[in-house]
Amino acid sequence: MNWISDWALPKIQGLFRREVPENLWHKCSSCEQMVFHKDLERNLHVCPHCGFHNRIGAEARIDITLDEGWQKIELPKAPADPLRFRDQRKYGDRLREAQLKTGMDDAIMVAHGAIEGRAAVVAAFEFSFQGGSMGAGVGEGLVAAARLAVLQDAPLIVFPASGGARMQEGAVSLMQMPRSVIATRMVKEAGLPVIIVLLDPTTGGVTASFAMLGDIQIAEPGALIGFAGARVIEQTVREKLPEGFQRAEYLLEHGILDMVVHRQEMKPTLARLLSLLREPQILAEPAPLALASPNA
Amino acid sequence: MRHFLEFEKPIAELEEKIDELRRATDVDGLDLADEVGRLQEKVEKLLAGTYAKLTPWQKAQVARHPDRPKALATIQALIQDFTPLAGDRAFADDHAIVGGLGRFRGRAVMVLGTEKGTDTESRVERNFGMARPEGYRKARRLMELAGRFNLPILSFVDTAGAFPGIDAEARGQAEAIARAIEAGLEAPVPFVATIIGEGGSGGAIALAAADRVLMLEHAIYSVISPEGCASILWRDAAMAPTAAEALRLTAEDLKRLQLIDAVVAEPLGGAHRDPAAALVAVGHAVWAALTPLLDQDGATLKAKRREKFLEMGRNAIV
Ligand SMILES: [Zn+2]
Repeated sequence: MNWISDWALPKIQGLFRREVPENLWHKCSSCEQMVFHKDLERNLHVCPHCGFHNRIGAEARIDITLDEGWQKIELPKAPADPLRFRDQRKYGDRLREAQLKTGMDDAIMVAHGAIEGRAAVVAAFEFSFQGGSMGAGVGEGLVAAARLAVLQDAPLIVFPASGGARMQEGAVSLMQMPRSVIATRMVKEAGLPVIIVLLDPTTGGVTASFAMLGDIQIAEPGALIGFAGARVIEQTVREKLPEGFQRAEYLLEHGILDMVVHRQEMKPTLARLLSLLREPQILAEPAPLALASPNA
Repeated sequence: MRHFLEFEKPIAELEEKIDELRRATDVDGLDLADEVGRLQEKVEKLLAGTYAKLTPWQKAQVARHPDRPKALATIQALIQDFTPLAGDRAFADDHAIVGGLGRFRGRAVMVLGTEKGTDTESRVERNFGMARPEGYRKARRLMELAGRFNLPILSFVDTAGAFPGIDAEARGQAEAIARAIEAGLEAPVPFVATIIGEGGSGGAIALAAADRVLMLEHAIYSVISPEGCASILWRDAAMAPTAAEALRLTAEDLKRLQLIDAVVAEPLGGAHRDPAAALVAVGHAVWAALTPLLDQDGATLKAKRREKFLEMGRNAIV
């Protein structure tokens, strides 16, 4: 993976493929310090100065989560543009544009593989595809991921990054909320863990459905997570919103998350969780003998 | 700076003398080993004598001793790979209740505890171990999670009780405790609870409706604190020592009443004198309680757990 392949269309990737020049700088959008692109990439796109977590694409996400040799699965086709929707432009055109830009059919990628040797199915959202919004295609992706998890007797790990339901699919997109909830139920009813890792940003109908229903709820530091948009809330309540409102740390304090985990720690944390949830007994350490204590 | 309880004063004085003699040995090169040994023997005798006949009120002081190992210290000593989980998924993460996944001697488990904190800052953060509804709702959520993944539950209880506050009532403190008790009783997995310090009322039983309930030798466990009981029934908080007596809140009494299953012996002079040794003893006791439960299926565990609680008090007499 290099950072360009997040954005470039794989089919024409050959035309664009080039090494990132050593001297290419990136200006951190959070602390405004300059970072070598190479260093940023090595650091999983986390700013080495301030810890700001830059967004990464679905494929990059899967690649840093699963061990080498993971397999992407083909997702069932959903009817594109069921409403023949158009605003200033046709939704169909927007879709094709997003497909061209990302090389993906829709805003989700599903893969199976292993996390430190433990089987797992991973579904990752692509935020640069129509804001990661959830329409029928994403819904199919989640259902397919759940079916695969059950079939493989593997846990399901979902990384949502989404503006919410996809407006251009109207009530069809609304129905992806219950459909995605059914997906999590299928996995849970098979006795398998569902782990949700909320990424920046996760809002609206995605947060209000499967993304809040993990057995374990994790988020990346600083991720914006909420239902209504901050601007809408501010205009409605006519109050200044508190510092850190709707950020991962705020949600942790408000009981919505189990943990906020740095990107560097994400894979080992997931591996440990899978071990604890799925491997009841490992070799026991010998019980400690009574320790001599200074004031005994 | 070690903290001595009122009735430990004679012991404190002797130990101070020992320290002085040791300093004299260092500075003046005097050989006072014999004298030190003699005094140490005296300390031990005094400790043994004092701790063999602690009154219930004195036990309450020991149970609340600031140096006594708390829930997190217990978890740190006994649990590997401890992975804290947080939140009630509704309102807050209550820091008075800790919980998470971990391994106990290789076995994956769900751990719960009420944590009082160890210094001013952490005591405030933990609300002195008094949980609000969100704490009990977190506990219930984790017990249900344990059931889903067949993880035995280990709890370590040390709380003066549930937090009495306006906000706690507004959010349904009683309902939250009730649901936690229910989750404990319904858990289809082995459940071992240990009262490590104070087992205060509903805040304690919320995490202790278990297959096996262990209690440290000098821990206390009751429906109300001695002070609370004294001020209600005697209308005088100063009657707390009398109330402590009347409540039968010691491990010995509760064992006799068959309300707990086992008493874990503490090091000479109480767990606060030797926390490491105390925690080793807790580990052995929890293991001994847990292992016979591991090969029982969920339905059997639940049925026996119910039967155990239904039997309680039927034949109780001190
Ligand atoms: Zn930065």
